[in-house]
Amino acid sequence: MTRKISFKTAINEALDLEMTRDPNVILLGEDIVGGSGAPGEADAWGGVLGVTKGLYAKHGGRLLDTPLSESAYVGAAIGAAACGMRPVAELMFIDFMGVCFDQIFNQAAKFRYMFGGKAKTPVVIRAMVGAGFRAAAQHSQMLTPLFTHIPGLKVVCPSNAYEAKGLLIQAIRDDDPVIFCEHKNLYGLECEVPEESYAIPFGEANIAREGKDVTIVSYGLTVNRALEAAERLARKDRVEAEVIDLRTLSPIDWDTVLESVESTGRLVVVDEANPRCSLASDVAAYVAQHAFGALKAAPQMVTAPHTPTPFSPSLEDLYVPSTDAIVAAVGKTIARAKAA
Amino acid sequence: MSSNPFPLSRDELLRAYRTMRTIRDFEERLHFEFAKGDIPGFVHLYAGEEACATGIMMHLTDIDRIASTHRGHGHCIAKGVDVHEMMAEIYGKATGSCRGKGGSMHIADLSKGMMGANGILGAGAPLICGAALASKFRGDHGVGVTFFGDGAANQGTVLESMNLAAVWNLPVLFVVENNGYAEATSVEYATAVDSYVDRASGFGMPGVTVDGTDFFAVYEAAGEIIRRAREGGGPALLECSVTRFYGHFEGDAQTYKAKGENEFNRANRDCLKIFRARVCDAELASERDFALIDVEVAALIDAAVSSAKDAPLPHARELLTDVYVSY
Repeated sequence: MTRKISFKTAINEALDLEMTRDPNVILLGEDIVGGSGAPGEADAWGGVLGVTKGLYAKHGGRLLDTPLSESAYVGAAIGAAACGMRPVAELMFIDFMGVCFDQIFNQAAKFRYMFGGKAKTPVVIRAMVGAGFRAAAQHSQMLTPLFTHIPGLKVVCPSNAYEAKGLLIQAIRDDDPVIFCEHKNLYGLECEVPEESYAIPFGEANIAREGKDVTIVSYGLTVNRALEAAERLARKDRVEAEVIDLRTLSPIDWDTVLESVESTGRLVVVDEANPRCSLASDVAAYVAQHAFGALKAAPQMVTAPHTPTPFSPSLEDLYVPSTDAIVAAVGKTIARAKAA
Repeated sequence: MSSNPFPLSRDELLRAYRTMRTIRDFEERLHFEFAKGDIPGFVHLYAGEEACATGIMMHLTDIDRIASTHRGHGHCIAKGVDVHEMMAEIYGKATGSCRGKGGSMHIADLSKGMMGANGILGAGAPLICGAALASKFRGDHGVGVTFFGDGAANQGTVLESMNLAAVWNLPVLFVVENNGYAEATSVEYATAVDSYVDRASGFGMPGVTVDGTDFFAVYEAAGEIIRRAREGGGPALLECSVTRFYGHFEGDAQTYKAKGENEFNRANRDCLKIFRARVCDAELASERDFALIDVEVAALIDAAVSSAKDAPLPHARELLTDVYVSY
């Protein structure tokens, strides 16, 4: 049975279901219980935005509040994973990755390869990503490309509550280290989500909207903007855009992207990350290399600018790729095709 | 034979010696082979520090886990990693512990509780907290031991991990192998406290400094704090003052050391010589017993080197394997 729940509740449900199913699943993070050792309620917060609220009452000591020591507890989650546990560490904001990156990219990502295939590190590192929260430069980044660059890591970034639940369940069951990126501006967004457990396989993009004229590739929050743009294009310009939600950035489903571009001949990639060496540039380059003959116009990239995230709402609204910018980018691919 | 003044049987004493001798010969031979240019990459030798790894590892079994350092060969051998596979790994061969994909700085054998040598200084401390946490959840009474040098003791990862282990009461032993040098920089210059035990106090855990060239001092101190951790008493720190007979890496001219320093240490602070003399004095073993072990170990290292040299290189397809379990 399905019912409407928020992205935040979907994450909570996925954690609850997997903790119930597998005793090796433990959660670690700053204030994921929230209030440990303090005189008030034992689980006052349930995470800084309440995502893990209620899990302590059900699973008790399998949720561990940590000291403010990202290197230590993210590393401990990785070490425990190498010893047979399935820890889910919450990093709060992905911007905090800077203080514990070594444990992720030099340790977790490389164990299996360096140790000749003899290690398994089934750890999930959850973190909030993205701008639009008026949280300024150190709490707003979309750092997904940092992680897709690194062999050994899997990178996931869901676009809605349904996707979040199925992808997180898969992430916890997966035997490789997974960076699970949750867009904080999606937390309140509701959609139909099944009550039961289900896993969405990695490396299978979702065609969120079918269309024959242009392919829009995105992930995370901007999938929703791409869908808005597609509706507007259909209504106003009779342009039918196909919207591909990548779901997972590593592995990435090149087949679905290529197949779509081969049929539409036009590509727009929408990525909230900064533009250099991003998913946008990656997808554009891959398509140019592998489907050059099918392209009727140069691929377009819609990204954040090459700047930190600004604080002032008036500036931040200019920073995040907008529906208008996506519509304009689609327009460029069509104008160029016509000109040719 | 006189009564035994040591907390180990004759068999255990000979086993400890065999381990230390194996480490020493392994490292001396690598020094020789490296100079010939046969070994690729970086090699950091543990010679001189054998009593530290051995005195601690005598208390551990395969359920106990260790996180090692860039200078990890001694920890591997003392934890029971196969010497033939280690040598082949250092030569970059397909028969190596990591199939030639890790090398000297990444030798690991998880089945032996050896969670890897590590090219990143201080990186083992958080990992071993995780291993200890897993043991705590499983209730298997395993302990975790993380080794780091006097240099890496200044890494934030180590200090964060000491706090984490203390607040979660984890069965972790933090071992500082203080050989006096962080690469080429002296401990006096780079570390603000006179003793790392002061750091332990700062995190509310017991700490003890021992002469790391004295196997028995290491063995006894480690035994007590490992037993305490195993019984739920929480983490502790052990600082072992050791000597590094070679440079930071092979090829290091060691011009930062005092003239005659290595010769003095080899003459007066050689943990194998000290061990041998004390056990012979107590008449628990004879020079002949030790000489027999020396011959056996020399043959083992000879065989390991020649089989490593003869072993096949990894197949080209290995470049792309084992990045993920599935992808």
